[in-house]
Amino acid sequence: MSTSVGDVVVTGLGATTPLGSDVASTWDALLAGRSGVSRITDDWVKEFPAQLVARLAADPAGQLDRVRARRLDRSQQVAAVAAEEAWRDSGAADAGVAPERVAVVFGTGIGGALTLLGQDDVLEEKGPKRVSPFTIPMLMPNGPAAAVGLAIGARGGVHAPVSACASGAEAIRWGLDLLRFDRADVVLVGGAEACVHPLPMAGFAAMRAMSTRNDEPERASRPFDKARDGFVLGEGAAALVLERGDAARARGARIHARLAGAGGTADGYDLVAPHPEGEGAGRAIAAAVRDAGLAPTDIGHVNAHATSTPVGDTAEAAAIRNTIGEHALVTATKSQTGHLLGAAGALESVFTILALREQVVPATANLDDPDDDPAVQALDIVRREPRKASLTAAVNDSFGFGGHNIALVFTTA
Amino acid sequence: MSEDIQTGLAEILEEVAGVAPADATPEKSFTEDLDVDSLSMVEIATAVEDKFGVAIPDDELANIKTVGDAMSYIQKNKA
Repeated sequence: MSTSVGDVVVTGLGATTPLGSDVASTWDALLAGRSGVSRITDDWVKEFPAQLVARLAADPAGQLDRVRARRLDRSQQVAAVAAEEAWRDSGAADAGVAPERVAVVFGTGIGGALTLLGQDDVLEEKGPKRVSPFTIPMLMPNGPAAAVGLAIGARGGVHAPVSACASGAEAIRWGLDLLRFDRADVVLVGGAEACVHPLPMAGFAAMRAMSTRNDEPERASRPFDKARDGFVLGEGAAALVLERGDAARARGARIHARLAGAGGTADGYDLVAPHPEGEGAGRAIAAAVRDAGLAPTDIGHVNAHATSTPVGDTAEAAAIRNTIGEHALVTATKSQTGHLLGAAGALESVFTILALREQVVPATANLDDPDDDPAVQALDIVRREPRKASLTAAVNDSFGFGGHNIALVFTTA
Repeated sequence: MSEDIQTGLAEILEEVAGVAPADATPEKSFTEDLDVDSLSMVEIATAVEDKFGVAIPDDELANIKTVGDAMSYIQKNKA
């Protein structure tokens, strides 16, 4: 621990995902091996090479007051739903924490794309006077963070890291720093994404980043498998409540896990391609383990970023093997959730925490034939069935276009 | 006529700002009593134009403080 303020713990969890409308239903579906992926049936998709999506299990607008929901972009709606679950779960509202000591760090990769594109249609069809006065607050990338801050009455600061698919993990790292620097007593962190729309779908498809296994939706997201051909776009949000361990224990809070360390690096290699050997990713993982005061051998589990793209998965496998070794149980939960972009790091941190708490590692779906890559072959990737394990420490890593690498280390409470 | 306007305005207020129709009475202030913020007032003005065919310019909108003010403006400017 590189901090004088003691340990940082996780006291609240929240999520709304393609697998479920809350943490419990999402976790149950994950362990049961269910897939959140389906084929889009709208007319617009017919010319699209990649037609798959991992839609939310529950419409977030239905979980919010109607008037409130219509003023929030879908990315803000999911943020609010997940954050309010985490906030309730933590019991922090009843603990008498001053609002000036409550902060929010909530990231998104894309932001309010649905509002931006929808209001552009209004502009084109009806003219500027018909554009909604809520357009800007709904499309701004700090919108999810701001919506969460309002929802829980946070006045100690509201922050919105944007680092593509590392945004959710980056938010957690910032939250850890806020507590270590004593800038807040409670920090609600997380990530949100909701950008299922023809334009982002076309853009990702143009990068050849998405799976085109359209006839087998549930088999399309297959991290580390030889036949993987890209990711499946997902939507949703996840949230965690962080606070200092001494304060949480003093108020009798339930502690899900400890956030023991974090590391962040940049590849400095290419705008979108990962370094082939996962050099920057490995440095982030090593830094996080060091920050936690642990040795690589202590890490029993890695929830990998593994999006199911051909180059990304092998680079990450190399990074894990080079930094952690070959003993840790690795899983890639995007095989069932799809890729939630800016929410991915937050959701996979929730999964990492639950794996530690429940002492079970979820399986990687669709890993029928692991890639011949030597690092993939060397890793112990859990497949077919969840595996019971005796775990004390685990890593969740996340990477984003732009060369952003974040790794987080959680340990058992 | 003014009852039609009040009913129509109440429908707009419910849709845009979640105001219960029974609360949309002439003496109510949008900001003080009904918690309608300035951005919602812009939405209400657009909805009024759609429903009643009455455009409310920004300088006029600034003078509309109560439900009754809005009703009078619509009444006066309705074709």
